[in-house]
Amino acid sequence: MKCFCESQGVRKKQIVDSIQTFGAKTLHRLLAFIHKEFLHIIRDPRTLVILFGIPAAQILIFGYVISMDIREVQIAVVDLSRDTISRQLIHKFDASNYFRVSHMLNSVNEVEKILKSGSVKEVLVFESGFGTRFMREGEAMMGLIVDTSEPNTGRLVASYSEALIADFNRELAMAGRLKIVPAVRMLYNPALQNEYMFVPGLMTLILMLICALMTSITITREKEFGSMEVLLVSPLRPMQIILGKVAPYLLLAFGDVLLILAMANFVFGLPVKGSLMLLLLESVLYIGLALSLGILISTVSKTMQQAMFISLIGLMLPSILLSGFIFPLENMPLFYQIISLILPPRWFIIIVKNIMLKGTGFRFVWKETLVLIVMTAIFISISAKKFKIRLE
Amino acid sequence: MIQAEHLCKNFASVTALADISFSVSEGELFGFIGPDGAGKTTLFRLLATLMRPDSGAATLSGYDVVKDYKQLRLITGYMPGRFSLYHDLTVEENLRFHAAVFGATVEENYELIKDIYSHIEPFKKRLAGRLSGGMKQKLALSCALIHAPTVLLLDEPTTGVDAVSRMEFWQMLKNLQSHGITILVSTPYMDEAGLCDRVALLQDGQILSIDSPARIVARFDKKLWAVQSDDKHMLIERLRSYRPIESVFAFGDSVHITTVNDELDETELVHFLTAQTEEIHITTIKPNIEDCFLRLMRKN
Repeated sequence: MKCFCESQGVRKKQIVDSIQTFGAKTLHRLLAFIHKEFLHIIRDPRTLVILFGIPAAQILIFGYVISMDIREVQIAVVDLSRDTISRQLIHKFDASNYFRVSHMLNSVNEVEKILKSGSVKEVLVFESGFGTRFMREGEAMMGLIVDTSEPNTGRLVASYSEALIADFNRELAMAGRLKIVPAVRMLYNPALQNEYMFVPGLMTLILMLICALMTSITITREKEFGSMEVLLVSPLRPMQIILGKVAPYLLLAFGDVLLILAMANFVFGLPVKGSLMLLLLESVLYIGLALSLGILISTVSKTMQQAMFISLIGLMLPSILLSGFIFPLENMPLFYQIISLILPPRWFIIIVKNIMLKGTGFRFVWKETLVLIVMTAIFISISAKKFKIRLE
Repeated sequence: MIQAEHLCKNFASVTALADISFSVSEGELFGFIGPDGAGKTTLFRLLATLMRPDSGAATLSGYDVVKDYKQLRLITGYMPGRFSLYHDLTVEENLRFHAAVFGATVEENYELIKDIYSHIEPFKKRLAGRLSGGMKQKLALSCALIHAPTVLLLDEPTTGVDAVSRMEFWQMLKNLQSHGITILVSTPYMDEAGLCDRVALLQDGQILSIDSPARIVARFDKKLWAVQSDDKHMLIERLRSYRPIESVFAFGDSVHITTVNDELDETELVHFLTAQTEEIHITTIKPNIEDCFLRLMRKN
């Protein structure tokens, strides 16, 4: 009886040992594979440029060039009235982030000179008796002279000024007697939208590009160079090959998320309003989704060029056009709205906007998260099925 | 050790392998000789579990190439026809990666590859893409061996390698045999056939003959003459038009000929040829393995 127990104990130990060595070997294989992938990435500087240079450049380009926003534009003032109302309005301009009153002029004659010198973009002109007329008649004229040699900036400066004045009007009406306020819609304050809308969209786009494109290329590269033949005859399981291929990019793409968020915060002053943890978790989910899409692309393409073509044309273009990044989805024909439903970026953009800009919690994005999870599961199971254990 | 029965494989309308059967015993150095497109690569891919035969079956060490591919991948070492290692990894990194993937370490099997790897070890920090053809081939063989396989499948290992490295390579294979490894090797070079224990001549997806090189030579049933002259090209032209002649093949600086009735009137032939060329040497020679293969392929 005792003997039986012992032998059973030994057997159990043997089984545990063999499972452990099997697990250790599997892990060892996987680590060796990941190490090899990192070597590929480090040895090819182009990969690193694509991985980190492009996202950083994109953020800066979008942030500084495409951003339809003005900030601290220098303006001059000709105040011939010098009363409370005009001073209040001047102060309102100066206090806003958009304008800074840099010059006080004494006469209208100086206007042309200072505009020509280029030191200010706009001059506010208050004629004498501006305040009294405003109080008496409830209406007064003031001049906005705008330098439109740069049409875009000029137009923006004018419309921001008009918006500030409209806002000022509204404040006066509220403070004073009940007066019918013209129902001017405050189109003003689109600052948040214009300036920051690109961050969630760009993040969505960059992650899709890097993950799908890079994984599909790295797998097809093995096919093209013939090394896949050697990997296939090795005891590596398809899952190990896929995991080994994907793991480095998961890590690097996560680095990209941190890079983008850091740049948004430190360069553009856009913090994550909601939970950073939640945003990072959602990002990992989305990266996983994009990676599995990349694997799927690699299983259907034979060459790197093919993989690149499918990733760029088949994935990038719809992601840019139909995700709501640039063109609002609500304005699209129904057909395109339906197509956009199957595009992962559409859902991730909503998640990022909610967490980052609005500061909402998981309660408001669980549906989109669920969509992403289901998509990931579908892509992974299709690519696992399609990944061939042989050459044919 | 290796059994193949009636292997067939088609690609679209092309027949790569048509009914291939052979067997290889343990520890044998077995060669497949054949021109490009004979089906050598397809056959090796079938044996390496990279492809499935349309019909027929093959086993290595009792493992079926289709059903038991998982076990087979543990015990076979496969070296594909073209260099399939990573160009951007160093010699050492390539070797270590292959060892790890097969669950082995370089240290535990170093004895087995020492003979081969020692040639390239001084360059172990060099990127594999910067190696010469002969060194690449040695690295590829080291990688294929690093998990101590019982069967080695080498698909045209000497193609594109200089003559000295080729001889070195065959010497290495002979040494590996002494470790009890069964080696299958394919080559388009007929002069390498004599270095195998047994060879199979492959043409158009069919085996023309399987035997030891000596016995293939012994089976040559014709008399053979070597003809030499300065202008070999013209010589071949003229010989082809000489009626009693059955076959004409160029070999190095001479031309080997056979006649229909195994008889040759040398003076008559010299007379026939001198109209074109100056000096003619005719000698009777013993056939080598290439003569046999060329004759077999011609018959086919």
